[in-house]
Amino acid sequence: MNISHAAVTAELRGVGKRYGRQTALDGVDLVLRAGELTALLGPNGAGKSTAVGLLLGLLQADSGVATLFGRSPHALSSRRRSGVMLQSAGIPDASKVGELLEVTRSYYADPCSMAECASTAGLEGLLDRRYGRLSGGQQRRVQFALAICGRPRVLFLDEPTTGLDIESRQGLWRAIRTRVEQGCAVMLTTHYLEEAEALADRVVVLNRGRVVAFGSVGEIRAHVAQRRIRCISHLSAEHVAAWPEVRHASLESGRLQIVVDSAEGVVRRLLAEDAELGELEVQRAGLAEAFIELTREAA
Amino acid sequence: MSTGKFPTARLLRCYALEGKYEFLRLLRTHSFVLPSLLFPAMFYLLFGVVLGARRGGGELQAYLLATYGIFGVMGVALFGFGVTIAIERERGFLTLKRALPMPPGALLFAKLAMAMIFATIISLILATLAATLAGVLLDPAQWLLLFAVNVLGVVPFAAIGLCIGTLVSGQAAPAIVNLVYLPMSFLSGLWMPLSVLPDAIGRFAPVWPSYHLGRISLAVLGQEDSGGVPGHVAVLLATTLGCFLLARRQLANAEQVGPG
Repeated sequence: MNISHAAVTAELRGVGKRYGRQTALDGVDLVLRAGELTALLGPNGAGKSTAVGLLLGLLQADSGVATLFGRSPHALSSRRRSGVMLQSAGIPDASKVGELLEVTRSYYADPCSMAECASTAGLEGLLDRRYGRLSGGQQRRVQFALAICGRPRVLFLDEPTTGLDIESRQGLWRAIRTRVEQGCAVMLTTHYLEEAEALADRVVVLNRGRVVAFGSVGEIRAHVAQRRIRCISHLSAEHVAAWPEVRHASLESGRLQIVVDSAEGVVRRLLAEDAELGELEVQRAGLAEAFIELTREAA
Repeated sequence: MSTGKFPTARLLRCYALEGKYEFLRLLRTHSFVLPSLLFPAMFYLLFGVVLGARRGGGELQAYLLATYGIFGVMGVALFGFGVTIAIERERGFLTLKRALPMPPGALLFAKLAMAMIFATIISLILATLAATLAGVLLDPAQWLLLFAVNVLGVVPFAAIGLCIGTLVSGQAAPAIVNLVYLPMSFLSGLWMPLSVLPDAIGRFAPVWPSYHLGRISLAVLGQEDSGGVPGHVAVLLATTLGCFLLARRQLANAEQVGPG
């Protein structure tokens, strides 16, 4: 629960966007605040990239308003305060890392030094290398360096850690957290729910162009009140499935898997009916379960 | 903290850096540099120096100096715009550049600067070959004018390249550019004088923009009536404007298709 009143840096208000007959966004409201990381989640085709494109000024909304620092995202003065890392950067192979950084830094009024960019993004010793000769992970780090080199007040990260190993991913997470602590507003789209769980102050779930849920990670998880019980028992799945609080029960690789709304009563009855019951586990639904449930409900 | 004000000197630095690194990037790209710089020089050596030596007078050597200069300029402009734009558009680099606070027109400026630097290098190589091996004698003013025609001649072919780059895929672009480049330069009398080609080719030659640029260079050498120059310039300006507007419309339409 962190409803904050920090300054709004970017906003979509009642935004609709269509491509021909296909509706990409339908009445979407979204607010990015200083010092907060907002994770935008949703299945493929939910409208995430369209939402990012509107806030970056790459697309024009058909209805509603998109603003960046209170102005149109098309305005150069708004974009000079934002940084961006897109899913596919398409950076030319023959460009050198240092050259890319120098050009991108020149777009901003008060950029970080080359050394600072390199150390934040973990590019030490790579500045003289050609982009095309870097590993996939190193290329992602270059793209991150380009995103932060202008000391942006709002940062758009579209799937930033795709293709990174665990160590690079955690390095990037640290760098993102530092930006947020310094007061930067960050919008993150990701397929990795653990990434949203680790970083997000707020989560917005999009499905088929509509916001189906928003709130803190905890609030989103609470959308799914269910618990998952696992145990080894001689009770049959069919028998347990007939109990009133049980939504679903099945036998998976020798273990009884039970999905329930409230665990306590079911656990008590399980222990009462099967004295030899073992390896009992009760789990609360994670963001992943909540996400699947939310996007399924709306479908 | 960053404010709305951005000093002009800083803005100019963006354009200069874009141009410098676009040039260096293509200088490292062998598939661009080798044909762009070697072909005009090789053809000039073959047709202007080796085969031209059998004909006296130096008129052919001067003619081919002018036309292979145009041939070279067309190459860097068509490939430097057509192929790079097609690839950058397809791979999403143009989208990234548009999302970044790149000053307006910086990308086009960078590519134009790059092509003009290559046009300068080609002009110098051909001038050296012509003055030393082919024995071409020109006034200093003629050398300078020929150079100026080459460098400014980049513009209409950059516009044609831009147009191709917005229409075709990155993979198809080199083939399409060659399909435009090679026949057009041959049919407009850049490889060998129109006078030695069949009449029909000469009659159709004014259809090609490269013919008009070639005629301007030949007028500098006194091999063509200079009274026709304003007409040739007008055709080239119209080509530039038409292609530029078409490319702009293409890019605007591409935005509407957008991501998923």
